[in-house]
This record gives sequence, C-alpha cells and structure tokens, in this order.
Amino acid sequence: MTLLEIKNLHASVDGKEILRGIDLTVNAGEVHAIMGPNGSGKSTLAQVLAGHPAFEVTEGSVTYLGKNLMDLAPEERARDGLFIAFQYPVAIRGITNAYFLRSAVNAIRKQRGDEELDMLDFIEILEEKLKVIGWDDSLMNRPVNDGFSGGEKKRNEILQMAILEPKLAILDETDSGLDIDALKIVADAVNKLRRPDNATVVVTHYQRILAYIVPDRVHVLANGKIVKSGGKDLALELERRGYDWLKAEAA
Amino acid sequence: MPSTQTADETAPYLAQFEAVAANGASAVPAWLKQLREQAIQQFVALGFPTTRDERWRFTSLKSLAAVNFTLPKHRDDVTPESLQQYLLPGDKGVRLVFVNGAFVESLSTVPELPTGCTVGSLAGAFDSDVVREHLGRTAPDGDNPFTALNTAFANDGAFVHLPPDVVLERPVQILFVSTPQDQPAMSHPRNLFILERGASAEFVESYVGLTDGSYLTNTVTEIIVADGARADCYRVQRESKSAYHIATTNSQLGKDSRFGLTSVTLGAALSRHDISMSMQGEGGDGTLNGLYLVDEKQHVDHSTVIEHAVPHCDSHEYFNGILDGHSRAVFSGKIIVRPDAQKTDSKQTNNNLLLSEWARADSQPQLEIYADDVRCTHGATLGPLDEDAIFYLQSRGLNALAARALLTRGFGDEILKRVAIPDLRGQLEVLLKNWLDRGEQGQGRLSP
Repeated sequence: MTLLEIKNLHASVDGKEILRGIDLTVNAGEVHAIMGPNGSGKSTLAQVLAGHPAFEVTEGSVTYLGKNLMDLAPEERARDGLFIAFQYPVAIRGITNAYFLRSAVNAIRKQRGDEELDMLDFIEILEEKLKVIGWDDSLMNRPVNDGFSGGEKKRNEILQMAILEPKLAILDETDSGLDIDALKIVADAVNKLRRPDNATVVVTHYQRILAYIVPDRVHVLANGKIVKSGGKDLALELERRGYDWLKAEAA
Repeated sequence: MPSTQTADETAPYLAQFEAVAANGASAVPAWLKQLREQAIQQFVALGFPTTRDERWRFTSLKSLAAVNFTLPKHRDDVTPESLQQYLLPGDKGVRLVFVNGAFVESLSTVPELPTGCTVGSLAGAFDSDVVREHLGRTAPDGDNPFTALNTAFANDGAFVHLPPDVVLERPVQILFVSTPQDQPAMSHPRNLFILERGASAEFVESYVGLTDGSYLTNTVTEIIVADGARADCYRVQRESKSAYHIATTNSQLGKDSRFGLTSVTLGAALSRHDISMSMQGEGGDGTLNGLYLVDEKQHVDHSTVIEHAVPHCDSHEYFNGILDGHSRAVFSGKIIVRPDAQKTDSKQTNNNLLLSEWARADSQPQLEIYADDVRCTHGATLGPLDEDAIFYLQSRGLNALAARALLTRGFGDEILKRVAIPDLRGQLEVLLKNWLDRGEQGQGRLSP
C-alpha cells in the first residue's frame, strides 16, 4: 500500500527555491533513508511535509493516504498519522511532557471519534509504550524539551512517536548530536515501533544510524533533487566516497 | 513639561487626618498617635511621586491624585456566602476578614492555636509591646509617601505573632474586601507577621472588590522571619477594574530562614506593588514569584528590591506577565549585594507575554553588587507567543487555538506551579483559565 507519493515537488523559502523536483514513493512496511550533504534540502523536505508555513510549495504534488497533503493543516496531517521527529525540537515552558502528550493523543482521538483519555488512562498507555521501547518515565514530568540535553530532546521526539503511533514517521537528523550509545538506544526504539502497516523515512547526513535502522531504499538528495537511489549498499558507498562525485553528476 | 504635583493633592488627606485625630483617634496609645502624626507630616512633605522620580518613571499617579478619596462608611451587609469563592473551601484554619479596611469578627474564624500565638486584628493589639517594637521596622515612612500615608491612617489589618518553634498546620487566610460606597473610598490595611525563631506558617492575603467602582487600597504588609523560621506568603489581588491598588510587602530574613512570596495580580486600573526582601542572616533563602494578568487599559507596576546584607544567602525571583488589550506592565527588580555578602546566589527573571500588539511591557533589572565572589543572573523577555512553538504543537495534532491556549497556560503555570497549597493552586489555575477564556469581547483571548 502506498502511504506517500511525492511528484516533481518544488518548494521555496523567502523566494529562494530549495527543492527542485523531488519524486519519492514510500509504501507501508518500508524504511527509506534520505541522505545528502548540508544544504541539499533534506530538512526542507521534512518541514514541507510537516506543513511549516515558512515554506511555499510552488510546483508538483504530495499525496498522502490518497489525499492531497498540501490541502491539510499541520495538525490535520498529524491526526492522519504523519509524524516528523524534528531536528530542533522546541522547548515549551510550564507544560509537562505528560500533559502535552495527553493533549496530543486526545486531539488525535477526538478526530477519530474515540473518547478522550483522562490522566490515569493516559498514564496506563504511556507505561505500556515505555515498556515496549524499554525506557523509563524520567522525561515525562519535566517541561517539554525545556532544559533537555541534545540527546534527551531526540529521545523525547521518539517517545512522542511511540505514543502517537504514526503511519509515516520522518526522522529529521535524529542522529545528529547523539553519541554512539544514545544512537543505539534511539535506533532500537525506532526498530521496535516498526510494523507492516507503517513506514519510516530517516533523513540523515551520515551512514552511521543506518547500521542500526536498516533501510530498504536509500536516496541521495543534492541541490534539491534526488540524484541517485539504491539499496542499503548505497549508504556504505556514500560513506566511502563522500558526496562530491554525486554533486558533480547532478550539476 | 514634566508634571509638577502640588500640596493641593495632599491637602485633602491632611484635612481628613485632622478630622479623624479630632474625634476618637485619641483612644490609641500615645506612641501610635505620635507615629501617625509624624507619618502624615512625612506624606505631606513627600507628596505624590511624579514620573521624574526614577522609581516611578513609567507609572503616572496623576489620575490617582486627582480623585478625592474619603474614608469609607461602615457596611455590615457582607454575607459569608458572598465571600466563599475568595476563600479556601472548607479550610479549618485562621480566617480574618476585613471589610473596607475594618476587621469583621462575625465573618472571621480563629480556631484554637498553640500557646503563645497571637492572631487577629491589629487594632486589637495596639497595646502590645511586640506591635510597638516592630511596626514600621521593615517599612519605614522615610521615603515612600504611600507607606507614610498608610501609617497615618492605618487602623487595622492582620497581626500574627508566632512564638519560637510553633508550626501552623493550616494557612492563615486574610481577606480584604471593598464594598460599594457613595464616594470613592480609601482603605489603608496594615499587616504585621512576626515569626520567631523556628516558627513556620503559610499566609494567603487576598484583596477583592465587591464593586465595580473606583476606590483606593493602600496596603502595607511587614513580615519578620527570625532565625530558622519559615514564612510562605501568597497574595491574590482581584480589585475592581476601576480601583487603585498600592501595596508594600517588606520582609526581613534571619539566619537559615526561608521566605517565599507568590503574588498573583489581576485587578485594579492601576496597581503598584513595592516588594522588598532583606537577607540579614547567613543561610537565608528567599523567593519572590509573581504572575500578572492584565488587559484593557490596566497598568501594573512591580518594583522589587532584594538586599543581600550578609554572606551565603540565596534569592530567587520569577515574575511572568500576560498582557492583552492596551495594558501596560512595569517590572523593576533591584538586587543589592553589600560588600560583606560573599557567596550570594541570586537569580532574577521577568518574562512578558504580549497577546496584543497594543500592550506594552517595560522591564528593568538593576544589579548593585559590591562583593566580588557572588553569582547574580538576570533575564527579561517580552513578545508574543513563539510561532515555532505553535507550529511544533500543531505538528503533534493540536489546532492553532489549542496550541496558543496550551502555551499561554504553560506560561502562567510556570508561576502557579510554585504554589504549594493545592486548593489555592487549583483556584488560581481556574482564575487563569477563566481570564484566558473570557477575552476582551468574551470570545476568548487566543484566537489568532
């Protein structure tokens, strides 16, 4: 089943074109990696899919679960099961993670016509999820991302993903700033959340995380276009050869 | 031309003082009579501050000075039911209720307390040597005309004296209500809390308008926290939107003592709160928290002074404000570290959330540090809600309105989570929620 179909996507920020014709199809059960050098448009792609208002789609189409994604507000995308683990999660003072997550879960449940959860019901579900990924609840009663270390912020994004149970998760540079132990913990959680009916897109600069989250397809983004796609071995080749040979090919 | 304020503005106060002194004030002890006379002279000499005074730069008192406030007429029609919502439900502790500044015994409750405690009306304690010794100790009349005015007219308020090592289990609730009057009225509540060595208590001091009219509350609260003692004070200001609220809350902290003040301000057309906290014994720990919610043309001014006189004390100060409409907020936070006060640790923040493009906040930190081995930090912010944060919440399924509501409540909760009395915290959270839901035209404040 096709979850996401991107066709000839062009997007700009402040009038400057960053994405110049992206084509990508993601099916249920798959893991895709989008790799590329700094400035290639990786994070822009994630932000456009999330619906960030600073980015303007100028051409092409994005179909998500058969709907035109660009017609949906950011919150509608989230309620339809699209999840972005952000590279720079925002700190929210005064609101605990538990309260925030319950609000998010209830927004999604309301959309589906399910009854909203009270705190006790929510804690029960939360504890179940924590068990699945093998984490404790130490982040739950702290204000959202406020005063979190880089690693804690990334872990918190994955924790949200675990609780919101997205159909399509896009991890935007979730590996950046993580040491190897933290990387393993995060990758392990992502793997445990994989199911035949969901899909994951890992956006990264480095091959490192792909040793733990093994992709079915690897795409190389350069100058706002996918210049090469292949199997998991492509990531290893990039690790060996760098990006310059592809940039040359794209130019 | 900067405004000049003249003796004309103080003359009505002097005339009323003389009228009061002529009939009945002689019933008070000679020391107090003398103190009041000095105070009214001091008030006349100082006059109302003008915006040329650095401490009043952003707060004009012209409108206050133009009103002829008179002493209120006695009202005995306030029912206990009408006060329920301003008190902690079912609390069995001390409850002192003042109507237009005067103690009302029938609305108050003083349960049996440990031996040696004095809790009640200040007017009933003017003969006490403790009152004589401490009144004005933390709040001298010297350079604050409103303190002087308060001293001149103060005839009642709450007096709490706890002997060493007494711990009050329930908070002391002190409620000041203002009722409708024919003329704009003034009241000058005076509170004195003395906690002797090792004593401990919580206080909830509330000011409420049972009228939409204009009146003046000019209140002074003095708190002496002796060595090893602990006082946790909460203050809720819900005056009429047409009222003037001028307040002074001054505290002195002894060795290894703890003091906390959490002040929530919603009411009054103009409110000014001078807070001073003086760390006078090593190992003292003091915290000042504040949350102000203002809209329309409300003006709120907090002027705080924290003095570190001795080494090894910590002070913390967190003030958040949410401003809507054409409101205006002023915060000035002075921290003075005396030469001896090494190892001082002091932190101050003032954050202002502007929900309207017409609202304005001025924040002025002032550090005067005369010691070299200290840690003092301060920070101030002002601005609208963070668009990135709104987007982040939307990306997790909340709509824009829910995202704004969550962020705004979180901003207020940063202060309210410091309220350690669960029932009070619950009430304050409801106040915050209602304030946010109501909005300028009753349609909620957070619609984009």
